[in-house]
Amino acid sequence: MTNLIKLSAADLSGLLADRSVSSVEVTRAHLDHIAAIDTDVHAFLHVARDAALATAARIDARRAAGDVLGPLAGVPIAIKDVLATQDMPSTAGSKILEGWIPPYDATVVRRVRDAGLIPLGKTNMDEFAMGSSTEFSAYGPTHNPWDLDRIPGGSGGGSAAAVSSFEAPLALGSDTGGSIRQPAAVTGSVGVKPTYGGVSRYGSIALASSLDQVGPVTRTVYDAALLHDVIGGHDPLDSTSLTDSWPSMAAAARAGLADGALQGVRVGVVKELAGEGFQPGVKQRFEETLALLAQAGAEIVEVSAPNFEYAIAAYYLILPAEASSNLARFDSVRFGIRVDPAEGPLTSERVMAATRDAGFGPEVKRRIILGTYALSAGYYDAYYGSAQKVRTLIQRDFDAAFAQVDVLVSPSAPTTAFKFGEKMTDPMAMYLNDVTTIPANLAGVPGMSLPMGLAPEDGLPVGLQIMAPAKLDARLYTFGAAVERLLEASWGHTLLSQAPELAPTEMFASEEGVV
Amino acid sequence: MSEITAEQVAHLANLARIDLSPEEINRLTTELGQIVDSVAKVAEVATPDVPATSHPMPLTNVFRPDTVVPSLTVEQALSGAPDHDGDKFRVPAILDEE
Repeated sequence: MTNLIKLSAADLSGLLADRSVSSVEVTRAHLDHIAAIDTDVHAFLHVARDAALATAARIDARRAAGDVLGPLAGVPIAIKDVLATQDMPSTAGSKILEGWIPPYDATVVRRVRDAGLIPLGKTNMDEFAMGSSTEFSAYGPTHNPWDLDRIPGGSGGGSAAAVSSFEAPLALGSDTGGSIRQPAAVTGSVGVKPTYGGVSRYGSIALASSLDQVGPVTRTVYDAALLHDVIGGHDPLDSTSLTDSWPSMAAAARAGLADGALQGVRVGVVKELAGEGFQPGVKQRFEETLALLAQAGAEIVEVSAPNFEYAIAAYYLILPAEASSNLARFDSVRFGIRVDPAEGPLTSERVMAATRDAGFGPEVKRRIILGTYALSAGYYDAYYGSAQKVRTLIQRDFDAAFAQVDVLVSPSAPTTAFKFGEKMTDPMAMYLNDVTTIPANLAGVPGMSLPMGLAPEDGLPVGLQIMAPAKLDARLYTFGAAVERLLEASWGHTLLSQAPELAPTEMFASEEGVV
Repeated sequence: MSEITAEQVAHLANLARIDLSPEEINRLTTELGQIVDSVAKVAEVATPDVPATSHPMPLTNVFRPDTVVPSLTVEQALSGAPDHDGDKFRVPAILDEE
């Protein structure tokens, strides 16, 4: 029998639709695999085994009764812990929300349920999505399925590791400065940050509201498109949600599989995103990919985005400023833990301060203090105000570039997966991981990462980042599907087929509720 | 170069309502100084003629019809609270006794 966990969501969709397999069988296969390997990978903070099997049985019953179901009905999905789920704990990787079960679902979670997908559980992440490695999760890091001694990227390392270790065919992520794309790059999977406002943020525990965007985490471009079609579109519960009507991303991805899809496409190479600090194997695979694109008829154009070099600086002012404000809601009154101070009177203010000391980890404290500083009287104009001006300049750089080309490309991350602990003592070194991904968040444009090979020096995955003009997410899927097809044809296999098989651990530890 | 002092960090921590230990304050003073030095480069290009962008896809006047829609029950709203009394959140004293 086919190994169900190795199939794409699209293939599972076909088998479920013609009833060759049941959703219970598919769901059980993934849950069993999670039970076998997740002690080592630690992609999940919570596995909802019983609930998932019950939901799958309901989908099977509906299908048997002749109900018309969506294309992904019955397909399992993992959900990043930043998203509110009313039947599972939602901690955003933080102690301050330990055990919190929200009284509502995030809109994307609601849409996933309405489309008949089967939530398997919640995936690990850096605390409140602050980090590039999952090492800042209060519940311990996730391990990269390619090498368990290395980081899976972050903040959404749990979702990326879940799909790349075949624990789930699909996952949801969120991307504030690269938290979907960088983990995709270092785990050999696919991740998409949609246009800002293209996917609802309602019920996504806020990090930086002008940057956060929810998106798909998958193993193929087409699967990402199918999931994007489920979660995307206007949501009246999110006042930043765009009211545009969107084309089918799945249709756009299929268009990319046609012969000649790359003919005449103008591909811009951002000069500033390929220079110093990039690992040789990353540069090599990027150059080779450009050569393949040129052979396939694409026109490669070098473009300059001179203000991108200021993107990290602007980002690490805007993000902490917004985060310090958003995280003020953790006041030990309405949700989360409450910790009394060791001594002195028990006033609300002092209990709040003691709770936030005990509940927040080091990176969260660092960014709240930085944000409080950037917003203080006397510094506001110099820091936060200037950062907002840089944002304008970066948007202008994108506008100028997209006047010349159809898409922009760069490596998704400057290096392959690094080892645990390598960058923990140097905040700026950790922040520099996001140099390639941050510009898209500042400007609101969509970005995708897909695998473009293994770095020769370490045999670890390298990601290609593609960016398109705002609201042209469909172009990303057409181009991305074409590039994926081209690369896989040149290799003769998918990249993830080269990942090591993870041996089951002796102790299976993924009973309902295990953290 | 920025001159961030431990006293300043302690003040910021108080504003942000986080009890920090003296060790945390010392470490953050050094780290914050390094980070601020590095991010201060935004000032190089943020000249007066450049308008600020607060939001990547600006929307204005996002309204909805003024109709009542289902919302959380009191029980749901209180379900995650560390403490409650009847249908209210229970909090420690708001004012110090002194």
